[in-house]
Amino acid sequence: MATEDLPSDFDIVILGTGLAESVVAAACSRVGQRVLHLDRRSYYAANWASFTFNGLLTWIQEQNEEPKPEEVRDWSGLTEEGEELIHLSQADSASITNLQVFSYASEEEEEEEAANTTEEEKAADEEVVKESSETESADSKEEEEEKEGAGEEEEQANQAEGEEPEADQPHPSSPGQSEPSREKISYAQLVKEGRRFNIDLVSKLMFSRGSLVDLLIKSNVSRYAEFKNVTRILTYRHGNIEQVPCSRADVFASRQLSVVEKRKLMRFLTSCVEETEEQTAYHGRPYLEFLRDQQLGDNLQHFLLHSIAMVAEDTPTEEGLASTRHFLRSLGRYGNTPFLFPVYGLGEIPQCFCRMSAVFGGIYCLRHSVHCLIVDRDANRCKAVIDSRGQRISCSHVVMETSYLDRSKVATPPRFLSRAVLITDSSVLPSESNQQISMVTVPPEGGSPAVKMVELSSSSMTCIPGTYLVHLTCRSVGSAHQDLSPLVTRMFRTTESQEEDRRPSVLWSLYFNMADGMASQVEGQPLPSNVHICHGPDSALGHEDAVQQVRHLGSPGPHRWYCVKGYHGLQLFFFCCFQAASIFQRILPEEEFCPPAPNPEDIVYDGDNSSTGEDRGDMGQDDGQNPEQNQNQENPDPEQNQNQENRNQNQENPDPEQNQNQENRNQNQENPDQEQNQNQGNPELQRVGPEESPSSS
Amino acid sequence: MHGRVKVKTTAQQEEEKKKEREKKLKVYVAARDACFSKRKDGVLDDEALQLTQQLLSANPDFATLWNYRREILTHLETVKDEDEAQKIYEAELSFLESCLKVNPKSYGSWHHRGWVSARLPRPDWARELSLCDRCLSLDDRNFHCWDYRRMVVKMSGVPVKQELEFTDRLIGSNFSNYSSWHYRSTLLPLLHPGSPEPPPSRCGGDPPHSCSPPSPQAHFHRVCEEQLLKEYELVQNAFFTDPNDQSAWFYYRWLLGRAEREEVISCAYVSREQERVAVAFSRPVNAQSGGLLLVLDGQPQRAEWRSVHPHFKHSPVWICDLPPGTISDVANEHNLTVHWTEKHTHRDCALYTGRSESWCRDTATDLELFRSELSVEKTSVLQSELQSVNQLQELEPLNKWCLLTIILLMRALDPLGYEKETLAHFQTLKEVDSVRSAYYSDLCSKFMIENTILKMEYAEVRVFSISDRNLTTLCHLDQLLLVTHINLSSNQLRRLPPQFAMLQCLEVVEADNNSIENLEGVYHLPKLEEVSLKNNKISTLADLQPLASCPKLRRLDLRGNPVTQTANVESELAELLPSVADLLL
Repeated sequence: MATEDLPSDFDIVILGTGLAESVVAAACSRVGQRVLHLDRRSYYAANWASFTFNGLLTWIQEQNEEPKPEEVRDWSGLTEEGEELIHLSQADSASITNLQVFSYASEEEEEEEAANTTEEEKAADEEVVKESSETESADSKEEEEEKEGAGEEEEQANQAEGEEPEADQPHPSSPGQSEPSREKISYAQLVKEGRRFNIDLVSKLMFSRGSLVDLLIKSNVSRYAEFKNVTRILTYRHGNIEQVPCSRADVFASRQLSVVEKRKLMRFLTSCVEETEEQTAYHGRPYLEFLRDQQLGDNLQHFLLHSIAMVAEDTPTEEGLASTRHFLRSLGRYGNTPFLFPVYGLGEIPQCFCRMSAVFGGIYCLRHSVHCLIVDRDANRCKAVIDSRGQRISCSHVVMETSYLDRSKVATPPRFLSRAVLITDSSVLPSESNQQISMVTVPPEGGSPAVKMVELSSSSMTCIPGTYLVHLTCRSVGSAHQDLSPLVTRMFRTTESQEEDRRPSVLWSLYFNMADGMASQVEGQPLPSNVHICHGPDSALGHEDAVQQVRHLGSPGPHRWYCVKGYHGLQLFFFCCFQAASIFQRILPEEEFCPPAPNPEDIVYDGDNSSTGEDRGDMGQDDGQNPEQNQNQENPDPEQNQNQENRNQNQENPDPEQNQNQENRNQNQENPDQEQNQNQGNPELQRVGPEESPSSS
Repeated sequence: MHGRVKVKTTAQQEEEKKKEREKKLKVYVAARDACFSKRKDGVLDDEALQLTQQLLSANPDFATLWNYRREILTHLETVKDEDEAQKIYEAELSFLESCLKVNPKSYGSWHHRGWVSARLPRPDWARELSLCDRCLSLDDRNFHCWDYRRMVVKMSGVPVKQELEFTDRLIGSNFSNYSSWHYRSTLLPLLHPGSPEPPPSRCGGDPPHSCSPPSPQAHFHRVCEEQLLKEYELVQNAFFTDPNDQSAWFYYRWLLGRAEREEVISCAYVSREQERVAVAFSRPVNAQSGGLLLVLDGQPQRAEWRSVHPHFKHSPVWICDLPPGTISDVANEHNLTVHWTEKHTHRDCALYTGRSESWCRDTATDLELFRSELSVEKTSVLQSELQSVNQLQELEPLNKWCLLTIILLMRALDPLGYEKETLAHFQTLKEVDSVRSAYYSDLCSKFMIENTILKMEYAEVRVFSISDRNLTTLCHLDQLLLVTHINLSSNQLRRLPPQFAMLQCLEVVEADNNSIENLEGVYHLPKLEEVSLKNNKISTLADLQPLASCPKLRRLDLRGNPVTQTANVESELAELLPSVADLLL
């Protein structure tokens, strides 16, 4: 453990390394603010994180542990006259609930596995047993629960409230019983190759012309990541998975559409780009009605409503059209679908912004938090914070994720997301290529909410070859399991069944509910004016507050907002970017938000101002010392990345750059025990002159 | 503000870049000069190879250096053994790959690659093919790569089926790609050849005549019907998806089309009075080369063939004058045969006693001459194609490609029956695509002339009348070799083109109420007697000059032409056209 103290004076202290906080950190560091960025967790990206399989098992375990009682310490020794303290929460206990794990993979070789995973496995097994017994009697379930221990109390409580499980509850084969070997991937294999998984807690895709991609490009943060275009859009209809023809090439190749339907679809897509009087006449009336009146037929209506606009049947026409337009604007920028997915998982994105912040002098500590804020009573401003080691650190602004607020000050989030993560053995719609990345829309049905599903193949570097990683997300009605397992049992094989069953088998699954960050409200006395709250991963933007906030601030017009509203919980990056931008604006009203980062060779180092380029030559051209420059040459922006990627795909030899990234990544993940990751992996920081480096002042 | 990263100003950056550029240029020029002097001295060594490589990787479009490189490589090939040569060429290939990354459309690099591949002792065609695939996936319209790919396929004998699947793939990813569609059109006939159909031939014509041997149609460009139906479906998917993309429409037209007619003698005509033989071919030919032989009553003749107008080196109609007295006696019967040796085809024609002329020919209806652009497929197939294109037209009433295709299909099915609809569609076309209205007018004129020819054939007359049809151009005049009367009045013609001289039997021309200002084609028409050109735009006497070559012209009506305002017009004309007895001004 590093014993070195942190500097005691910063411009901005940021708590939590989720997306919005990381964007704020990058933006502030970029314009020269001294940023201290802390996260009490041992990993980056908070609830936006991506985990290896083993990492996820550990995370699950942590979630099930009872939070340690918060020690109350007296910090009055560190305060001065006229100051008071606001205590912050030391654990995030509310954001993840109803965690349930099911394993269906063959259990052979289990004993050979490392102790911790076995333990975890056992927990999962018990869960499985419990699940199967649930159907029999509620009483026995209660008994089971008792045995489960306090850690799962909350979860159980939630379950008890829910309805009795449906009849089609999964009945996994009992653990230990070896399945007929069909070269299935065993649980041991998942654990053994667990490092090659990157499992996102939040499942979202980026619109190619969405605010996040714009920001990534504008700020040059894109150089730190690689992206893949989602290869196809699917929809679940009449019990079948069908491909949604959305690009010209798809429409051409589609076998489900008649030529007349093809024409109608293409004509509709072309015509809705511009606003017409006909469209205006439908304002306020449901989009479905508008579609129906276009004489598009059932097929096309389904595709347009659920997969392209991704709105509900009663969504007003103007919103539906705006969503459709947004989809179409993004289409074709990088490929045949409008979505991008970051290679190695979504957790890369916040980390990229953190890296940008670190490059410009931001200081990073994981497993490090702030106990309380010190507020000047008269000015109602936060003057300093006391960190988890009892150090008083002055600052002019504090930015924090909601979960750092004392829970008593936060109303229970009224909304949750239901999430399921499945590891399966084949694609829901097998095709020639087994490297598809698919977005699947499941329209709402009989009261169950619309589900967005993302199926990732190994080409996304989030799962091992031969497996698929499936993310399901919907707005919670009940628990995640209640909301999503009926769909899972319909689409996937969770039990041993006949050979004819072509559905993909689930090897392992995880269900949990995540607080919808957007929905939390701050209660009680107002926070000091220089304390800014970032919301966590969000689902919909369905409430008027957000609208008004956006409208009030004026920058993105109502039109822009419509574009966002439709995409419940899946591609909603807009609000994060907007939130970060507005916090930044409040902190530094005069500064530009995330201007393009200069190329490393254009940076003038201390004492370098007057000298010519030659003087600087040694430093600038030292490639070994300058990963920044390497990155820059390889990945100037996602657009080029895409090209790069295409090229890579076509080359037989695996791309060395990607391997390198993988390695870098693993390094990051392998060092959770390093308590204080100060200046983590950023040699650039050393090259920032002593005057500019906050650590030396 | 403190802590901010200092970034160079744009001026600083510019300055640096400028310096860098200058430095680069210096190095480049020095290397170039070194190369040139080496080549001048005839040095063919490794160092020169190095130098050119350096330069070419910066600028792959330097043809001289590629040439120099080839000189060096051919030299090295002579001094090294096969293995070494293989190595050198392999290195060359990977060097070329880096050049293609600089400029994927570099003529020099692709050409050099082709050259190297051909010389490689042990070529690795699979690698070349995958290179092409890679390049085409980055830019599916890189025609250099398409060319190279065809070469690779040819050299390595890639199965046609595999290539067809390749085009499937490219069309699937982007169907706006002429290259893929075109490649397909070359592959399909190889993979799914059409079965030959019985060649249609029938003898027609009025006076006694004999039949020529059947002239087989070319079949090797055709595709069997089963595959054609699949292709129709594929291409329909494309044009229904995007009816404004012309590549699919062009392919569709190719599918519906049929091979060009083979070169045959379509008509042989002999006139006793003029002692002249005229021969019409199905395609323009050059008969001056000596390929056309005339046999009269078993005796080969020394005939001087000439085209009908000095403008034409190639022409569908050729004439020759027999020595005076050869066939002038009406009491004699003569048998003529014309041989077209270039295609081993011939046509006989008998001139019986008492006849002043005779001919032998195919009729236009027999050969369906004017459908040559569209298929001879079964009517039912065409009918269903017409139906689906009509369906598209209902959805896209103003799509020009759709309208044009409907017109073509209608013509293939029943040109006379659909005449009214065709004209209406042409009207719409001219409105929606006004830029090309003149093109549509010409096309419409062509179709109207075809229809009129068909009607004339059915009526078995030698009068061609097409007045008040908005004709803007004249075509198919070779089909009118036997016509004696032509009426072109009340159209929008601006000239009687040189092809008009093919109307060797013409006696009367009516072309009133046009905008004719040029009479070039009224040239050496041996039987022409009457020309009526009322209300046209003939403005100078010189424009009337061609008429002087028509020996029998006796009546000329020039009323309503500007030329009538010329001073002394009457006397000038009397001098120019002495044979004209009946001049109306």
